[in-house]
Amino acid sequence: MKFLIYRYNPETDAEPHMQEYELANVEPGMMLLNALERLKAQDETLSFRRSCGEGVCGSDGMNINGRNGLACITPLTVLKQPVELRPMPGLPVIRDLIVDMGQFFHQYRSVKPYLIRHDPDPEIEIKQSPEDRDKLDGLYECILCGCCTTSCPSFWWNPDLFRGPAALLQSARFLMDSRDQGTAERLDELEGPYRLFRCHTIMNCVDVCPKNLNPTSAIGNIKKLMVKHHI
Amino acid sequence: MDVACCDSGGNKMNLTKRKFDCLVIGAGGGGLRAALQLSQADASVGVVSKVFPTRSHTVAAQGGINAALANVLPDNWHWHMYDTIKGSDYLGDQDAIEYMCRAASNTVIELEHSGVPFSRLENGRIYQRAFGGQSQNFGGDQAARTCAAADRTGHAILHTLYQQNIHARTHFFDEYFALDLVKDEEGYILGAVAIEIETGIPLLIEAKTTLIATGGAGQLFYNNTNARINTGDGMAMALRAGIPMEDMEFFQFHPTGIAGKGMLISEGVRGEGGYLVNGEGERFMERYAPHAKDLASRDVVSRSIAIELKEGRGCGPDKDHVLLKVDHLDADIIKKRLPGIRDLSMTFAGVDPINAPIPVCPTAHYTMGGIPTNRHGQVVVPEHQGAEEPVPGLYAAGECACVSVHGANRLGGNSLLDIVVFGRAAGNHIIEYLKENRYHRPIAEESVDYALSRLARWDKKGDGESVDSIKTDLKKTMDKYCGVFRQEDVLKEGVEKVLAIEERLQHARLKDHSKIFNTARIEALELENLMDLAVATVCSALERKESRGAHSRIDYPERDDKNWLKHSLYFKEGRRLEYKPVHIKPLTVDSFPPKPRVY
Ligand SMILES: Cc1cc2nc3c(=O)[nH]c(=O)nc-3n(C[C@H](O)[C@H](O)[C@H](O)COP(=O)(O)OP(=O)(O)OC[C@H]3O[C@@H](n4cnc5c(N)ncnc54)[C@H](O)[C@@H]3O)c2cc1C
Ligand code: SF4
Ligand code: SF4
Ligand code: FES
Repeated sequence: MKFLIYRYNPETDAEPHMQEYELANVEPGMMLLNALERLKAQDETLSFRRSCGEGVCGSDGMNINGRNGLACITPLTVLKQPVELRPMPGLPVIRDLIVDMGQFFHQYRSVKPYLIRHDPDPEIEIKQSPEDRDKLDGLYECILCGCCTTSCPSFWWNPDLFRGPAALLQSARFLMDSRDQGTAERLDELEGPYRLFRCHTIMNCVDVCPKNLNPTSAIGNIKKLMVKHHI
Repeated sequence: MDVACCDSGGNKMNLTKRKFDCLVIGAGGGGLRAALQLSQADASVGVVSKVFPTRSHTVAAQGGINAALANVLPDNWHWHMYDTIKGSDYLGDQDAIEYMCRAASNTVIELEHSGVPFSRLENGRIYQRAFGGQSQNFGGDQAARTCAAADRTGHAILHTLYQQNIHARTHFFDEYFALDLVKDEEGYILGAVAIEIETGIPLLIEAKTTLIATGGAGQLFYNNTNARINTGDGMAMALRAGIPMEDMEFFQFHPTGIAGKGMLISEGVRGEGGYLVNGEGERFMERYAPHAKDLASRDVVSRSIAIELKEGRGCGPDKDHVLLKVDHLDADIIKKRLPGIRDLSMTFAGVDPINAPIPVCPTAHYTMGGIPTNRHGQVVVPEHQGAEEPVPGLYAAGECACVSVHGANRLGGNSLLDIVVFGRAAGNHIIEYLKENRYHRPIAEESVDYALSRLARWDKKGDGESVDSIKTDLKKTMDKYCGVFRQEDVLKEGVEKVLAIEERLQHARLKDHSKIFNTARIEALELENLMDLAVATVCSALERKESRGAHSRIDYPERDDKNWLKHSLYFKEGRRLEYKPVHIKPLTVDSFPPKPRVY
């Protein structure tokens, strides 16, 4: 199987380049991450992040044949050859397929991604009905892989100003939580033309999310809350 | 802060330095829970993690966390305590187990208050499911003690703890790799040397207290359920600092990893009503555990599967797995309670559990052994005044530690509990320690040299075997010589093989000598850690001449309380083994003396 992989090491390379690789003995059921690991066994310098190998830790987001995804849950069989691998777009490249996620996490931390309570805690659980809990499904499962945000044109143009789909999804996760008491401060923080409203519903984020989450609809819900908040 | 410098040969005089009250190594559930306790008490705390915190392996935990909330069935902490002791095959320390089970309900409620999105019951309380080894009334009917956020409980807890640490302004060193502890002549631990992975620059973190929370070592085995990063680094750092490893022969094989792949299929699946069948379509667990059946404890179920396979009753052309049946359950229950499992099964086994059974096989899963600690998280070693003297300034919590609440076999749902209960307890004890120890002690230079020499070793150029091939051989050797069933001659051969691999590792060389995000170098350092732990594991297993919990010796099939009701302590120096007594006496209640264990 043939691969074309983005290579860049700032210590030795003036410019990034694409390098060809070939992998023999591709077995049925192999994922792209397994292939990358075998290529790394041949060429130790090939660099990428990985940890869980099962799509739950969010380490190995990369651009696979033009589309962001997780290597560990992308079967080789669905990929057209040569498989073209690049770092996720829109973030500075540290080396090969490894990007600097600083900006992405900064946006995440900016939306106050934690439960805000003003009431004293009860002695038992803060009760929540199954219906209210259902509202968190599709929001809390995010693994912060960055696939969505780095495929969002609004984020590419304004990575410092637009929060991006992943961070906004987290904002929605707390806005929708019946236990959370931070609605006003959350919405105030998202005021202005950029942080929330730069989203033009281009839907790239929904297309690529490996966990099948829907940031666009979460963003829509925040926008609705924002309208109510203003009245 | 001093000026940055240093090639990885390391000129220690102008090594970059940072100072904290507490250095936490590891940002999984254990490390984050401790850090939160410390940050909220206004201690200065630095958390080092080799991956971004939410990538830690806690994120993969599925089924849930145990606490006797009694939301679904009657329950109390004392029953939980009994089950845990029985599950541990009486090797668990009963004082620590009492402490954990008593603390469980409050700890889980606290997690809920900080935002964990637990699944809910109609009355608004936390959903609980049945897990293996749980009973009401000291061995009676099945209990439902495992609090769950669908089948993503680890994700829910890890993200929440990270989020609360953001709120508490904990200082994080993301993608820093800890090399070794720094120790002075009096035996105080004074922090650690780490490298920033992105730049390859070493950093000395001075700390009045150091907490190791680096998780387990599942990568010791070829077939495992663990993340690539679970290489037991903190345990190996402790070994190199002269601290023994406790009970390393007890490694849990989970009954249901996806056959040939390793991904875990949570015990929660059997808790929701799934069961195992062999190649003849028989529900074989009824034969091995007539009462608890598929929810007997993990060592029992894994052994039963291994026997079925050995006796030719496996499934598939190679008869190398059994089937986990769930397709009789309501599709909606599967979608709602087990969505992550369904995903994994479809992705990696090509099977939608709604329609067909999942092929499974026992798979290396959890490190029961580890750094010996007491229930305050203090690392304790045999020293002048007895078997358990605290190492000043050093703490450990989570899977890397051995308190020991899991003894010879951990119950499902007790590890997430262990990490938060003892992470929190360690945080509290550190706060007290800091009141008495207000100043940083001077740094012992040799200790820094030693850590830096680990880096310099991999700067050597020239021909040599690759890290990757040695790692593969080590893991396959562990599978083959130290698996579910063990015996003297096989283990002896295992020790020889592992030592031969250790020798090969001395001559290995890297091809990549770049400073920038050099993952090959990280993997080399990880392999050295695995190497030390592999030797500890096979040596401890060879010595223990009985069967207890996860350690099954074909040549010594019975548990032998007269000679072996004791913890092993393996020292790296001279590959020496010592033993210390099990704490049979709980804190307040009567002891549960060893009994034959039937499920
Ligand atoms: C697939 C799976 C499912 C599980 N499901 C359950 C369950 O349902 N219930 C349950 O109770 N238990 C479960 N367990 C067990 C439980 O999840 C783990 O035992 C527990 O999460 C370990 O937490 P920890 O904080 O000790 O370590 P981890 O979460 O593994 O974190 C270790 C941390 O240490 C850091 N680290 C390691 N080495 C270094 C180094 N050299 N330098 C810097 N940082 C380092 C890592 O970056 C990471 O942040 C499961 C385990 C697996 C594998
Ligand atoms: S829908 Fe909004 S957030 Fe998603 S890609 Fe488009 S602009 Fe970005
Ligand atoms: S929303 Fe999806 S794509 Fe975006 S960070 Fe979360 S998991 Fe990744
Ligand atoms: S390695 Fe964890 S998501 Fe792919």
